[in-house]
Amino acid sequence: MLNIPLKDYFRETRVFGTRLMIVAIGVAVLVTLLALRLIYLQTFAHRHYETLSQANRVRPVPIPPPRGLILDRNGVVLAQNYPVYTLELVPEQIKDMGRTLDTLGELIRLTDGDLKQFQRQLRERPRFEALTLRTHLTDEEAARIALHRPFLNGVELQARLQRHYPLGGSGVHSLGYVARISEQDVERIDKSAYRGTRHIGKLGLEAEYEEELLGRVGFEKIETNAHGRQLRTLERVAPVAGRNLYLNIDARLQAIAEQALGKRRGAVVAIEPATGKVLAFVSTPTYDPNPFVNGIDSESYKNLLDDPDKPLINRALNGKYPPGSTIKAFLGLAALESDQFDGNKPVGCPGYFSLPGSSHLFRDWKKGGHGVVGLREAIVQSCDVYFYKLAYALSPDGIKNFLAPFGFGKKTGVDLPDESEGLLPSPEWKEARGQKWYAGETVVYGIGQGLMLATPLQLAVGMAAIANHGVVLQPRIAGMLVDAKSRAREQISAERNGEVMVKDKAHWDTLISYLADVVHTKQGTAYGIGYNAPYRIAGKTGTAQVKGIKQGESYVEHAIPERLRDHALFVSFAPVESPKIAVAVIVENGGHGSSAAAPVARKVMDHVILGRTLTTPAAPVTTENPE
Amino acid sequence: MTLQRLHLDKFLLYALLILAGVSLLLVYSSTGKSLGATAAHAMRLALGFGVLILMAQLRPETLERWSPWIYAAAMALALAVLALGVIGKGAQRWLSLGVLRFQPSELMKLALPMMLAWFFVRQGLPPRQWRLGVAVLILLVPVGLIAKQPDLGTAALVLAGGVTVLFLAGMSWRIIVFLAVALAAATPFAWHFLHDYQRNRILTLLDPQSDPLGRGYHTIQSMIAVGSGGFYGKGWLNSTQAHLEYLPESHTDFVFAVFAEEFGLIGSLLLLVVYALIVARGFWIAYLAQDSYTRLLAGSLSVSFFLHFFINIGMVTGILPVVGIPLPVMSYGGTSIVTLMAGFGVLMSIHTHRRIVEK
Repeated sequence: MLNIPLKDYFRETRVFGTRLMIVAIGVAVLVTLLALRLIYLQTFAHRHYETLSQANRVRPVPIPPPRGLILDRNGVVLAQNYPVYTLELVPEQIKDMGRTLDTLGELIRLTDGDLKQFQRQLRERPRFEALTLRTHLTDEEAARIALHRPFLNGVELQARLQRHYPLGGSGVHSLGYVARISEQDVERIDKSAYRGTRHIGKLGLEAEYEEELLGRVGFEKIETNAHGRQLRTLERVAPVAGRNLYLNIDARLQAIAEQALGKRRGAVVAIEPATGKVLAFVSTPTYDPNPFVNGIDSESYKNLLDDPDKPLINRALNGKYPPGSTIKAFLGLAALESDQFDGNKPVGCPGYFSLPGSSHLFRDWKKGGHGVVGLREAIVQSCDVYFYKLAYALSPDGIKNFLAPFGFGKKTGVDLPDESEGLLPSPEWKEARGQKWYAGETVVYGIGQGLMLATPLQLAVGMAAIANHGVVLQPRIAGMLVDAKSRAREQISAERNGEVMVKDKAHWDTLISYLADVVHTKQGTAYGIGYNAPYRIAGKTGTAQVKGIKQGESYVEHAIPERLRDHALFVSFAPVESPKIAVAVIVENGGHGSSAAAPVARKVMDHVILGRTLTTPAAPVTTENPE
Repeated sequence: MTLQRLHLDKFLLYALLILAGVSLLLVYSSTGKSLGATAAHAMRLALGFGVLILMAQLRPETLERWSPWIYAAAMALALAVLALGVIGKGAQRWLSLGVLRFQPSELMKLALPMMLAWFFVRQGLPPRQWRLGVAVLILLVPVGLIAKQPDLGTAALVLAGGVTVLFLAGMSWRIIVFLAVALAAATPFAWHFLHDYQRNRILTLLDPQSDPLGRGYHTIQSMIAVGSGGFYGKGWLNSTQAHLEYLPESHTDFVFAVFAEEFGLIGSLLLLVVYALIVARGFWIAYLAQDSYTRLLAGSLSVSFFLHFFINIGMVTGILPVVGIPLPVMSYGGTSIVTLMAGFGVLMSIHTHRRIVEK
């Protein structure tokens, strides 16, 4: 203010005062205008609008559509709607409220809380309105009320449909669940489509196929008097039920996989290679989705969150694991295809590998090594040194570019929301995060350790691609939509998600024969499930390190706490000649792929191929093979 | 006294508390006696008053020094929202900050007048030549950004707040007349740039009966609510229009219709008086303010408040088109309550931090 001459200051003040006065006059005029408008509407036009208000008598009442059912491939119901009975009373139709309540109290259980809440509504709500006395009546209670209904004026039994998952936790990680529409939901949905509907798919298939399952809302045009009392229905537009969703999943297969995993944490994904149909999609432990439908209480939810086994995590979809030696099933093809490496030349395995000019030893799981091994022996016995050398020859970018077409490092495109991408690392990826790529990381890339991460779903899709000789399909959990009324079907088919191109098509058969030898030859790491199998399996075991083993230290399983033990993996498909099923199994902290994961895969394959589960006798001891 | 020491203005505070009290009764009624919604509204009001008290403690000098930075921050946020909107392929007005969601264009309602006032004080008054050009840029860039979100209602209000500063700063009458003529001439062209739904809203206003079950529905039902209220009203909790669900958005943008139906002409006029008195008090504070910055800011904030309730009530009574502008303090939900109360905090600060207090 000091640097402005005084004259200007007064001039500014004067100009401002004038301008402010003009604005104030404008405001006054406009406020007067509003006042006049209100006076006009509420006195002179009052009668007119009063009449219109009285005549406002027809209003649309939404009728929510029943949600589509979810069934497995054999028609087993996985998600259904069952009626929940609600007891409602219309006070003005009841002569003696006390006596009616007494009678009802004799027929069904009424708590003090029910009565208290009802009394409160009775004081607050208009007398013509139906007031809720109790919800969730049992079938028996509903029947009893229905029986006495003729003698109970003004008592109404309302049935609302509620979502129910009859199998409880089985399959919850693919099904998901519906829950109350939240405030966040309201902002993204088309509100008119959800009029009268209280639930929305939150997770899994329920969310993915929300639009198809929802159906179309119907309307009743109800004539009311000026106080809102319903007089009659003028017009009714019936709701259209949501379409029923049939899955590719076999609920029994799923139960078998869940039982095979038992109390262990893990995942099983089974895919039909030729079609991309997902036959089983299991993550354990599971949890019961039913409490979520009407809002789970915070204590139960906290228990689920705090459970050290993390049941809420979808391990099949979002569990990211180092693939361990299962990656050799894929890199074996690279050995045959690569220009930088001769897959036909045997390699000496002294039990360790070191980079030129470095003293760091990358150890093989087998002390003393495998001797001279070709690709077949390297895969069958899971020789690490062979794949260290292969990885070193391929370079990390070479590995990444080779593995990417199988679907690693990107979403598989499965019909479930929020899929994880896993990770195919490269020096570029690491440098973008300000970190340096070490040569050692290239070496361990060859045995699926280091930064690479894959989901069980990706491993299953990759295995299916081998079975398909390179064709990669988007896995599909849902198979078809069926209109409840017209029975019209819409097939949901898997789209192609690229192809693994090879120079020589014969390499596929070579690779697959080596993978079959893993299971069916005595030296094979999965001979334990192969020696008595009535069909031929191609597979690869894997063990993913959780705890780093220091130089010179050795891994002694029982000396390590369970949570730090290795993850056990097994990937496979069968029968080798015409593949019907590709399976990926992971057992967290399960130890060895051969003993912990492979038997689970065998049970799943037995069910699909033989239609029954053979009781597998204890695996014969073949080698001291830890894989 | 204590209020003075807290830098609160008794007059404004009481008027706002009356509005807040009425709003709780009204939200309770218009949400069908939802205690939850009423409690949520009360929480928002409490938050608003908290912000008001905080803002009132800031000295106007401090606020003035911060003006360009607050403006820059508001611009950055508006750009961020636009960028996110491009990524999300849709209209985007919100920035989600975890639990709290925030509408950056709201912040601009405060930041723009502050920036313009700051600019004029430094460049001398009245604004002329190139300075006017710069001022117009300061004004139009954020308005354009908000309009692009697209949020035309807020853009128009921000524009009006800025234009008020220009006017109060003493922009020459010749330019004002020139702009007014240019605006009138441009109106037919502007028509071409409106979205279909925006044109329809205007057409509907001219003749609501043209489409009574579609576009005219809001206007007709709200006029029925207001008109049927009559002189004394139907009484609290007795709005049939709202409770029988004829009136859409009865607890948000159209809450005044419920009020007018339940409390009649007497209630509506009294409420109008309270709103008008708040604006008058704002003008008085601007008149008494001692430097150009504070008086421009106080004047602009008061006009901005006036426009909010004028446009809303005008819309409810069918003299203005349906635009999504809530009634200050009364309407349920939204983040506008925070900026609104912050504005009043600034007004109180301006009034209570004067160096010479009149007898």
